[in-house]
Amino acid sequence: MSETTASRKVTVVSPQGLHLRTADRFVKTAKQFDSRIEVIKDGQRAEARSIMDILSLGANKGAQLYIEATGHDAQQALDVLAGLIESDFADEETHANEETHAEEETRKSSDQDQENV
Amino acid sequence: MKFADFVSVEAIQSGLEAEDKEEVIRELIQALLDVGKIDGDQMDSIVGAVMKREELGSTGIGRGVAVPHTKHPSVERLVGTVGVSKPGVDFNSLDGEKVQLFFVLVSPPDRPGDHLRALENISRQLRNETFCKFLKQADSVEDIRSLLTEADNNEFVS
Repeated sequence: MSETTASRKVTVVSPQGLHLRTADRFVKTAKQFDSRIEVIKDGQRAEARSIMDILSLGANKGAQLYIEATGHDAQQALDVLAGLIESDFADEETHANEETHAEEETRKSSDQDQENV
Repeated sequence: MKFADFVSVEAIQSGLEAEDKEEVIRELIQALLDVGKIDGDQMDSIVGAVMKREELGSTGIGRGVAVPHTKHPSVERLVGTVGVSKPGVDFNSLDGEKVQLFFVLVSPPDRPGDHLRALENISRQLRNETFCKFLKQADSVEDIRSLLTEADNNEFVS
């Protein structure tokens, strides 16, 4: 496995910007990869695994972010993370309402026990 | 954006007494109501909206910090305040830890930018461990006020 560094420029499309709920999704997704991932806005670097780091970017609608990943799954991480931002997290739970209560209930155990959800 | 732009100083709570999530949210919103930042008849509606937002995922962002918030049509500008709980409150935080530091935010529905800039300021300042620790140790409203002012003057983060 080769150690590659890749980066991608993305534009925040959500009218709300990269707010807490989407930042949480972004961070959780970033943690699924082995690569070291950073997000850069106007020269400020944020660790993709830290929600405080990501929120401190204050990425509003139209903000241009560079996502930079280093590791064997760097390319894949970029594809997925850039996809989340460019689609305004359209794929799933971020926009859900009714089912989220059950989701909250399962959240605590879901980290260790994904298949039981 | 600075703390002074959205933290209602008169509503700061140095000794939150609540022991669970709904109680602590109620205590913080009550503090805003007591100083006239929100309307009395909107209290239940705002507490309900903040709780509903928590159901989508906890606003406990780790390090003992939570940012319970909602949009609400009854406010004309972003209002918020700070509360400290010495024993901490179980808040289903993202890192599973109890929360000692609360920043509550209520914003007008059409001003997402202000909300985002408040979040940006809170997380930027609280990434500084000294500031975070001092706030949790603050014993009085006066202590909290001075810490926020020092943070606004970039004494913790430049």
